[in-house]
Amino acid sequence: MPTATKTRKPLGDQGPVAEQFETMGQQRDANRLGMWMFLGTELLLFGGLFGAFVTYRVIHAEGFAEAAGHLDLTLGALNTALLLTSGLTMALTEQMSRAARPKATFWLLVATIAIGALFIVIKGHEWYKEYQEQLMPVLGLPFSYPGEQPEQAELFFNFYFVMTGLHALHMLVGLGVLGVIATVAWRWRNPPRIARQVQISGLYWAFVDVIWVIVFSLLYLSRV
Amino acid sequence: MRVVTTLFVTWLCLLVLLGISVTSVVMLSLPWSLVAVAACALSMILLILVLFMDLKHSRGLTRVYATGATLWLAFLITLTLADYLTR
Amino acid sequence: MSTPSLEQRWPRDHYLSGGFRLRDWLLTTDHKRIGWLYFASITFFFFIGGIAALLIRLELITPGGDLLSPDTYNQMFSMHGIIMVWFFLIPSIPNTLGNFLIPMMIGARDLAFPKLNLLSWHVYTIGALFVVLTVLLGAVDTGWTFYTPYSTLFTETAVLAAATGVFVVGFSSILTGINFMVTLHKMRAPGMSWMRLPLFAWATYATSLIMILATPVLSITLLLIAVERLFGIGIFDPALGGDPILFQHLFWFYSHPAVYIMILPGMGVVSELITCFARNSVFGYKSMVISIMAIALFGFLVWGHHMFVAGQSMYAGVMFSLFSFLVALPSAIKTFNWTATLYRGRILLTAPMLYAFSFIGLFTIGGLTGIILAAMAIDVHVHDTYFVVAHFHYIMVGGMVTAYLGGVHFWWPKMTGRMFSELWSKVAALALFIGFNLTFFPQFILGYLGMPRRYHEYPADFQLLNVMSSLGAGALAIGYLLPLVYLTWSLFRGKPAGANPWGATGLEWQTSSPPPKHNFVQIPRVSEPPYAYRNQDQETTG
Repeated sequence: MPTATKTRKPLGDQGPVAEQFETMGQQRDANRLGMWMFLGTELLLFGGLFGAFVTYRVIHAEGFAEAAGHLDLTLGALNTALLLTSGLTMALTEQMSRAARPKATFWLLVATIAIGALFIVIKGHEWYKEYQEQLMPVLGLPFSYPGEQPEQAELFFNFYFVMTGLHALHMLVGLGVLGVIATVAWRWRNPPRIARQVQISGLYWAFVDVIWVIVFSLLYLSRV
Repeated sequence: MRVVTTLFVTWLCLLVLLGISVTSVVMLSLPWSLVAVAACALSMILLILVLFMDLKHSRGLTRVYATGATLWLAFLITLTLADYLTR
Repeated sequence: MSTPSLEQRWPRDHYLSGGFRLRDWLLTTDHKRIGWLYFASITFFFFIGGIAALLIRLELITPGGDLLSPDTYNQMFSMHGIIMVWFFLIPSIPNTLGNFLIPMMIGARDLAFPKLNLLSWHVYTIGALFVVLTVLLGAVDTGWTFYTPYSTLFTETAVLAAATGVFVVGFSSILTGINFMVTLHKMRAPGMSWMRLPLFAWATYATSLIMILATPVLSITLLLIAVERLFGIGIFDPALGGDPILFQHLFWFYSHPAVYIMILPGMGVVSELITCFARNSVFGYKSMVISIMAIALFGFLVWGHHMFVAGQSMYAGVMFSLFSFLVALPSAIKTFNWTATLYRGRILLTAPMLYAFSFIGLFTIGGLTGIILAAMAIDVHVHDTYFVVAHFHYIMVGGMVTAYLGGVHFWWPKMTGRMFSELWSKVAALALFIGFNLTFFPQFILGYLGMPRRYHEYPADFQLLNVMSSLGAGALAIGYLLPLVYLTWSLFRGKPAGANPWGATGLEWQTSSPPPKHNFVQIPRVSEPPYAYRNQDQETTG
């Protein structure tokens, strides 16, 4: 494996420039701006759901608060902590790849993927529990709710499955991307490119964290 | 490495904020629990954006777009609620 | 500059020379070739959507329902709307002319993300396949708006396929929007400051902004319809306390700004045409820029004017009505500025200029009737009548399609290197103007008299106006078919155009026609404001 080159330019700014650009600075700025804009569209994609949820939360305040109480707060909080930790490992990956440390980069990526996968497993377990408690109004499954307003609760659980499902889908995409980068980082052929890829996918991964913080606050913490 | 220390401190802050918001839901009642949850969520999001996603060192333009998307989401939610709250 | 001979005018090496195998087109990352891919795709869908419109107009010649069954009629207007909005109008100017021109106008070699640009076309194609599937499965009958609960709980038609198609094509919009925005921010040639950008580039910028901020909300809304139909997860189901009006809020949060996706690029094109053929710099450049951005912003705050009679609160209605009136302001500024640009200009009545004039007239009528509709008291009377149909066709067809055709004629010599028939192009422009007014002006009257939209039969009193409208549709069809013929002819037989046949300013005219693969032999440096037609006249004559 090659050692870190000692130039003044950061690692991500080295290597050949794509043909449509004049300088690497232009290319880097364009990539970052493009990714941030994409994340903006992601925010608005979830935003439609958040807007709809907030509206119903206002007009069906009591029913929704009661239904939220049927979610597993412990597992939800545990998952949030896990995701925040994976945000840390991903941010560290970025630092290590920029410092041209192949082993640290690779193992931190593996750690991020492992924590992300654990999140999905716990989420799956939660869904299974809700299925057993007959709180899964999907595909015509029976929905038996012990509380006061079963219709509103069903609406709440519809939101719960759409929101967590869409978020899990984004997690899976992120895991796939990180998996590819991990194999590339293992071979460590083109370090400047790896540094750029880690940075851009790191933005995506952190953003999935941001979305989860909102999802968690809206669903699990709206129980009062 | 100073950056690494900053990242670890950020992570600790995030976990503390998570703890605060979860306990506030269990301990407090309505107006204050809502305030606590909202404040914690907002702080957590800002910490992730600024430190994990390095908005701190980004160009002004990137920050404009990051806030722009949030502003548009605010348009969506407030104007929709404006209908429901005045029916 | 002396006039070079025809042989010299035709560049030896350009983006169309070399590479006519299928994969040279389907896998190209050249923004100019991708522009052609879009051009072919949207032209195809324009005629598919047009056939649906023609069947609608044929049915409405007589008061009784004789040609189409009620169900078929519903499917026809739904498919007409879905195809025309998402598969023609939204990608029309941005993805064809914008793709072709934006890098050239700002002096760049390509868009910032050429592969993403190609992906965007492939995504469009996948979406298009779903629409074809929808037609094969027997179409949808929900209208292009997919209103719940009809679309989720009741209709038996292929809502899922259609919604998937629109969902997929939305990502094509988003990707193109991001690409244009990053390109305009990061790829401008030295000296090309924001205040030197052509207004077409500004309009594309504003359009892209709307695309990336509004389209994701449509995506999630359609996704919610899909999960309700697929998994029974009802978000808008009234039985659970869900609210169908919430669907309308989310839908129009996208679909009203989408109206501005469907007019801003047209305004950009017309600004280029008017300045070129009035040989004048645009009147009030800065106010034009501010108006473009103001329309993009205000466009997001007015969606509730589609829901005045849907059960929305009266106070929200008042708010949305007020914001809607505000949009008239920047639109009026633009219209006045175009006319002021003509003042003391040397006006050349070429075919593109005829289209531009049609645009100004038709857009003004469309805009003014929009103010009428934004007034709540009147809207209660004319809501869901042909008045509304006429209004938005004046904007979308009278405005956008006219501007699109004007733009295609204007930049055709640049895209192909060849000129088209002057006479026939003027005939086509006139046929469009006459046919359009004959089709849609009677619909204003019909609507005001109370004829509701989306019915396949009507009282006999309305027949005369309906016959006029249907005849006009025939003339309109001629206006659309003619360019197809003489433009195709010009591809093979047209006179070589030379780099700048119209004597226009703008960087795209400073490179050869057709342009070389990377647009410019050398990246240009910009040293003057846009539309410096006055300076140019002093240097050269004729």
